[in-house]
Amino acid sequence: MKKYSDVIIAYSIMMVLIILIGIYQSWNMALSIFNMCLISAVMTMGANIQWGYAGLINFGIMGYTALGGLAAVLIAADPVQEAWRAGGLDILVSLGLLVLMILTIRFIIKNFNKSKLRTYGIVSIIVLGVITIRTTIEPGIDAIESVDPSTKGFLGGLGLPIIFSWIVGAFFAGGLAFIVGKVALGLRSDYLAIATLLISEIVVAIIKHEDWLTRGVKNVIGLKRTVPYEIDLQATQWFISLVEKFNSGKLNLISNIADKQILLNQLVKEGSSVFVKLCYSGLFLIVVIMILILTQKALYSPWGRMMRAIRDNEEAANAMGKNIAKQHLLIFVLGSAIVGIAGAMLVTQDGLFAPAGYRPFRYTFVIWVMVIIGGSGNNFGAILGGFAVWFLWIESAHIALFFIDLFTANMDDTHVFKIHLIESVPYFRYLVTGLGLLLIMRYRPKGILPEKIQVK
Amino acid sequence: MDYINAIILLLNYIVIPGLTYGSQLALGAIFVTLIYAILRFANFATGDMMAFGTMVAVLFTSLFQSWGISLGALPTALLAIPFAIISMIFYMFFIDKFVFEYYRLQKTPPVILAMVSIGVMFVTQAIVRIIIGPDDVTFFDGKKFVIKAAEFKQLTGFNEGLAIQLIQVITIILTIILVLILFWFLNKTKTGKSMKAYSDNEDLALLSGIDPKRIVMITWIIAGILATTGGVLYGLDKSFKPFTYFDNMLLIFAAAIVGGIGNPFGAFLGGYVIAFSEILITYAYKKFFIYILPTSMEPESLMQLLSTDYKFAVSFSILVIVLLYRPSGIFKGRVL
Repeated sequence: MKKYSDVIIAYSIMMVLIILIGIYQSWNMALSIFNMCLISAVMTMGANIQWGYAGLINFGIMGYTALGGLAAVLIAADPVQEAWRAGGLDILVSLGLLVLMILTIRFIIKNFNKSKLRTYGIVSIIVLGVITIRTTIEPGIDAIESVDPSTKGFLGGLGLPIIFSWIVGAFFAGGLAFIVGKVALGLRSDYLAIATLLISEIVVAIIKHEDWLTRGVKNVIGLKRTVPYEIDLQATQWFISLVEKFNSGKLNLISNIADKQILLNQLVKEGSSVFVKLCYSGLFLIVVIMILILTQKALYSPWGRMMRAIRDNEEAANAMGKNIAKQHLLIFVLGSAIVGIAGAMLVTQDGLFAPAGYRPFRYTFVIWVMVIIGGSGNNFGAILGGFAVWFLWIESAHIALFFIDLFTANMDDTHVFKIHLIESVPYFRYLVTGLGLLLIMRYRPKGILPEKIQVK
Repeated sequence: MDYINAIILLLNYIVIPGLTYGSQLALGAIFVTLIYAILRFANFATGDMMAFGTMVAVLFTSLFQSWGISLGALPTALLAIPFAIISMIFYMFFIDKFVFEYYRLQKTPPVILAMVSIGVMFVTQAIVRIIIGPDDVTFFDGKKFVIKAAEFKQLTGFNEGLAIQLIQVITIILTIILVLILFWFLNKTKTGKSMKAYSDNEDLALLSGIDPKRIVMITWIIAGILATTGGVLYGLDKSFKPFTYFDNMLLIFAAAIVGGIGNPFGAFLGGYVIAFSEILITYAYKKFFIYILPTSMEPESLMQLLSTDYKFAVSFSILVIVLLYRPSGIFKGRVL
């Protein structure tokens, strides 16, 4: 128990902070922060596996998140029959051509020795292939995008429950990570960081501009939920009586029946949205706990020991007969797959896929700040980092406003300087997070909850 | 068939914009590469530092405008650049003193320093946005065109017009001057040579009596000049928006690595490689082919290799290809 005392203390402080928000601001707010914290925690665990266990630096988190979101769309959106009829065949043919092209190149690389002729052959196959694919796919894309462009204009998905996308998202992200890892993992750490960052930019550019697949910047809205809708809840009898039971004290104070009904309606409205968020919290919590158990088990398994050995001394581990390239690739894929799950969860929660929202700042750098602040190499630390940074990210505006009021108390409310400061309150979150990162890196370089390795 | 018009078309839409854009990227890329060569880390705060310098220039420009000072046909911002550079250098010294110096003395691995620079990025971004806000600011004044398309047509009698903007001329000339001075400094002066030595082998350089503090200081001064000038020129050409500067950082990184990181000359050319590949691949060549092909063969489609949506992706793909096949860059990196 003593081993975990700092974890328990840190987590209790976090929970108390969130409960305080629930009491002083609103439960709705507290729960939405809590849900985002949980999603961030999944992302940080993914990054932590790569950075903390293996020392691999992956700045492509944004790309894997976006792919997870894409999975949610492809699984949960209703299929658009007209679009399939209009251009589905073209798309499938081009897909077939693409696979054929890749297989041919693979065949050539496997069966011919390296020579100038082979290189030229491969290049000409790629050029020819791209031209043929473009000519076959273009009419299909045009046809698909002209099917009711304001609401559809894309192929749609499979119309399955969105929960499945969490697994599919993991596979998508893992698949991309496999390709990226194959080509980029040999690079030195800072080159790897830049390469993964730029590759993820390419992925997001594709998701953003291939409208036939993702509707691009027009966004996919109204993905079906697995949890009940607020509107339905408000009309359900058992829910209304539940709210009545919870707030019986408040309701009994009012004697007038009409007033009582109005208050009850309001409470039911609030309660329904809290209830929906609670459902999500439950689902997300299950994911977080499952991943946490798995990663903890992995960390203390022989495999985890091997990963740490590779991280701390690559050459020695290599000399002991460990295949470093293979293990790096494995852990790169695993970590990215976890990030993919988080991406799908994010879209599940919002019911909305907005490719333009995937920015490296929000989905790569902020996540990295979480990992570093929380404590790299320690899963509990990574989760804590996700919670603490997201909490600061949301609440720093309030904190900044408080301090601005404090320092400018003797100024007029119409003073230009004060107005300017109050207008720029949203940007204090960058300042707070940045300073937090700098201070932690300087004075507690291993993070709030440092890595603990037991030597038995 | 009309070759002269075709050439003018290419000049107007590819060569001149490419040179301008490339110059802006090149200045930033040399900044990244110098920091990498001498301070030995990938500076993720690059874009935001450039935004900081530009912000100061914008503030000075509006101050001068309110005093009624102007340079006539030239933009007032040129007058503000020296002041912006000085503030930028002081900001960099401040950051170095309180943030980077500690890690440098500890000989921390470069990855950790890169992480620290992310912290600096956040803070700088906050400062810029708190002071000037996140919105677009246009601070170009003065004459817009050196020669307008219509004037050119009238002057020469060609079908195709050639428009040259004043800022394009200023950007190219200023970049060439700066880069010439920089290379002269690095290759001919004693200080420049000692920087080279420090970059090649720190311990040997220290043994031969080179003062590391002085080298670091000079590096930040050069970096401040390059970052501010590059940022202001970009801002004058497009407009000043903190967000785009952050995005430009990725392109600047691409330019620096494509050219061979640590190699200033490579970074300089890398800027142009990135700019031209972006423009060449996303330009629609339809009109060009109409000029050079006989009428019977005129193309119907836009003749565009990739839509302009993918212009960033093009530069990044080039970088990824370079990293895979020649990780030291086109021009051998890691030598100053």
